[in-house]
Amino acid sequence: MKKLLSKQNLFRIIAIIGIFLILYVAVENGILTRQYSSLLIPVGINIILAVSLNLTTGFLGELTLGHAGFMSVGAYAGALFSIYTGLPYFPGFILSLLVGGIVAAIFGLIIGVPVLRLKGDYLAIVTLAFGEIIRSIITNLKITGGASGLNNIPMYTSYISVYVVVIITILIVMNLVNSRHGRAICSIREDYIASESVGISLTKYKILAFVSAAFFAGMAGVLYSHNLGFVQAKTFDYNKSIEILVIVVLGGMGSIKGSIISAIIITILPEMLRGMDDFRMLIYAIVLIAMMLFNASKFKEWLRVWLHNHMPKKAVKGGNS
Amino acid sequence: MRKMMKKTIAVMMATMMAVSMVACGGASGSSGGDENTLLIGSMGPTSGPNASYGTSVKNGATIAVNEINEKGLDGEKLDVTLKLQFEDDQADAQIASNAYSKLISDNMDVLLGATTSGACQAVNKLAQKDNLLMVTPSGSAQDITEPENVFRICFTDPLQGIKIADLIADTLQYKDVAVLYDVSSDYGKGIYEAFIEEAKAKGLNVVADQSFSGGDKDFNTQLTTIKSSGADVIFVPGYYQEASFILTQARQLGIDTPFVGSDGWDGVTTQLGENADIANGAIFLSPFFSADTTENVKNFVDSYKKEYGSTPDQFAADAYDGVYAIAKAYKLAGSKDSDKLIEAMKSVEVDGVTGKFSFDADGNPNKDAKYIQIEEGQYTLFNR
Amino acid sequence: MKFLAQIINGLSLGSIYALIALGYTMVYGIAKMINFAHGDIIMVGAYAVYLSLTVAHLPIPVAILVGIATCSILGVVIEKIAYKPLRNAPSLAVLITAIGVSYFLQSAGLILFGSQAKAFKSIVTVKPIHIGDITISGEIIVTITVTILSMILLTLFIHKTKAGSAMLAVSEDKGAAQLMGINVNRTISMVFAIGSGLAAIAGVLYACTYGFIDPYMGSMAGIKAFVAAVLGGIGSVPGAMIGGVLLGVIESLSKAYISTQLADAIVFGVLILMLIIKPAGILGVVRKEKV
Repeated sequence: MKKLLSKQNLFRIIAIIGIFLILYVAVENGILTRQYSSLLIPVGINIILAVSLNLTTGFLGELTLGHAGFMSVGAYAGALFSIYTGLPYFPGFILSLLVGGIVAAIFGLIIGVPVLRLKGDYLAIVTLAFGEIIRSIITNLKITGGASGLNNIPMYTSYISVYVVVIITILIVMNLVNSRHGRAICSIREDYIASESVGISLTKYKILAFVSAAFFAGMAGVLYSHNLGFVQAKTFDYNKSIEILVIVVLGGMGSIKGSIISAIIITILPEMLRGMDDFRMLIYAIVLIAMMLFNASKFKEWLRVWLHNHMPKKAVKGGNS
Repeated sequence: MRKMMKKTIAVMMATMMAVSMVACGGASGSSGGDENTLLIGSMGPTSGPNASYGTSVKNGATIAVNEINEKGLDGEKLDVTLKLQFEDDQADAQIASNAYSKLISDNMDVLLGATTSGACQAVNKLAQKDNLLMVTPSGSAQDITEPENVFRICFTDPLQGIKIADLIADTLQYKDVAVLYDVSSDYGKGIYEAFIEEAKAKGLNVVADQSFSGGDKDFNTQLTTIKSSGADVIFVPGYYQEASFILTQARQLGIDTPFVGSDGWDGVTTQLGENADIANGAIFLSPFFSADTTENVKNFVDSYKKEYGSTPDQFAADAYDGVYAIAKAYKLAGSKDSDKLIEAMKSVEVDGVTGKFSFDADGNPNKDAKYIQIEEGQYTLFNR
Repeated sequence: MKFLAQIINGLSLGSIYALIALGYTMVYGIAKMINFAHGDIIMVGAYAVYLSLTVAHLPIPVAILVGIATCSILGVVIEKIAYKPLRNAPSLAVLITAIGVSYFLQSAGLILFGSQAKAFKSIVTVKPIHIGDITISGEIIVTITVTILSMILLTLFIHKTKAGSAMLAVSEDKGAAQLMGINVNRTISMVFAIGSGLAAIAGVLYACTYGFIDPYMGSMAGIKAFVAAVLGGIGSVPGAMIGGVLLGVIESLSKAYISTQLADAIVFGVLILMLIIKPAGILGVVRKEKV
């Protein structure tokens, strides 16, 4: 048992508060233009999505192509909750975040069941199928507004609430990954037969990973819908899932830090290169292929060894963190 | 532990750097805000699958801006220069909201946009908060114009549905009608719902009520059902791309029932290319008829062709009229003040390429619908 | 009568799925990977034929050959660049690469040809058949014939020729096949060449049936065809045929009698059910994973 207020935790708290103060000063004093201060929200949402997807794709090692589906479930559930209860910001928004997360987690559980029997390619296709089914059902329900989408959602999301949720997500995922459960999840990725033989319950840990990833994706969805005040099912298509996957792959599968940095890059870069959307997709494709080839190549190993020999010892850290 | 501290400091430094970088990037971007310019911000998809809509809006608006700067309004020059700044929104709500913030950072005075309904729904709330005059050329979903500061140039979806039901019942005098619409688009569904209501009121029999989802290519199943329903006429509210798919497959199945379409059908003959003849007899509603012989339409079509090498569609026409409406509002208001501009917009009258119109209390245009019939693969004006 | 007409619609849709699924199943059976980009190779094939006909004004048979050659070469190149280096990597990496390739082809198509669908004048000259009220178009007749022919030829090729036996051997055990003197790399290249060539044919028939081509035409069709391959039992050639036709009929009937809106959801629901009940598909063989 580590002490709660170890030095490590203390530094984390200082960092969290420090970054917050920097953002606060930058936004409130108009150092950031409106264009960039409004971007903080999508950046934060993408961080939550990427960190949560990393849990299943990076740590558990199963490809999910339906992450946008969980996000949409959360977005709609939270929005409907806010619209129908009409609660004020406090406690309405917090409850709506929880509702969105929990409903998405329930869907994660539903998907988790067939997942137990499948892995690899088949699992990827099933998650893709689930994402499409969710979208098709949302488009055809009355309560979700069908194709026109849901309008008049209270616009509760601010960069502060996004920041808080981002921190909570990162802390929980980090703690989960570094815990006994997290190591069990990683062992399934490395060799599921071996992990099963040492008594790790595949069922339990796969479900754990799926449900928690879905929960956070759902919260990201709630933040999304309460930011724009409007949601439409077609936003959450296959391409959205791929975009999140690109963030995770670019940041390095199994690296939370990487996911955060790459979420920032992938959200801000298209803003700088506005009007080049056709090329954005092409670049995503190249990133996916290049990263995979790079990971499998001898060059990566060579680079690691080179860095090891030419860098001060402390800076080099092999493997996943 | 030292490592931990280093990390913490590194993260903070990185954030600070990012913030300062971003802040610098933003500061240099402002281009409006000058006393003698009226910066019209505009947005629409210019990349991705819907790129043609945004491109048309951009082109149509550019022509109007140049014309007004050159010749003025009614022969009288404005005391400001109009400037258009167009941003790509990929027809996505989030990206449209980002684009809006960018335009605000650049000191936009008026918003001409967004092009698609979904983007409008996200942007109209921001414009309402900022109390900015917003004129959407082509966002047709009913509730976009709910805020007082929002106006539109095109017909609303429900209005189209009603007008087309009236056309079928009163002018064409058909009895049994089949509908095939895109359930996954707000546009298709908006028209469909109003159409069905009005059709029932007019005593039409809806003998086949079929739908499809955006991106579908196979319509054989729905068309087979429609064929066996014995409908006199098939109504397809949708865009020209789907319309041309549906026409092709309908003819393959041996269906020769006449078709009726919504304003999205504009462009169907170009899409069909050398098969344009299969669309013969089809009638669709459109506010804009590019082969019209009236002077302003002819001028617009000519300069558009000269500039961009293609015939303008209704998106371009709506954007063109949108810029004129904004210019007139400015002239009436005599200032760039948003409150005055919004107030002035309510009494603006435009004799535009999409017809003569002013705005009603909800910010929707009062204008007449035109009907276009396809004959020998060409558009002709349908006279009832 | 209407029911029969809907079944025929299903057969026409299904035979296109089946033709695409043949390529999926071959590649999966032998290279043990989902070639996600297979659907987009169809698009490349259709555009290659379209350009040969409209720009180069080639005669129809030559244009089709150009399409097949383009796709076969593309298939082999993709395999060499993107998949071969990953042969020993985890399946997750291969899958992500395949998605990347699929995305690459789509966006390259979008940049090169634009997002507008292009009208594709059917090159099928077979006359439609009229049975009572029902019209069976020439395109449907040709598609069904070509699909059945391809299936038969492919089965014969795999079971009767030396190259076919090599494929079977590679599919059973790459290492052992290598030891028996089979050139594994060349065999896998050949699989990609044949699979992609079939995709070109599927692309042309698809374009003729619907009359249009666009850069996204392969993505949904590809996913559905994959579902078909899984339904029939991935790795099995007759299974792809059965799965494709079954899926086409299910889709058509659910559109006609249940709900057009939910047809896709039903199709994917069938896939999920199938995977839960009988993961190996209708004609598939269960393989136990060894340590």
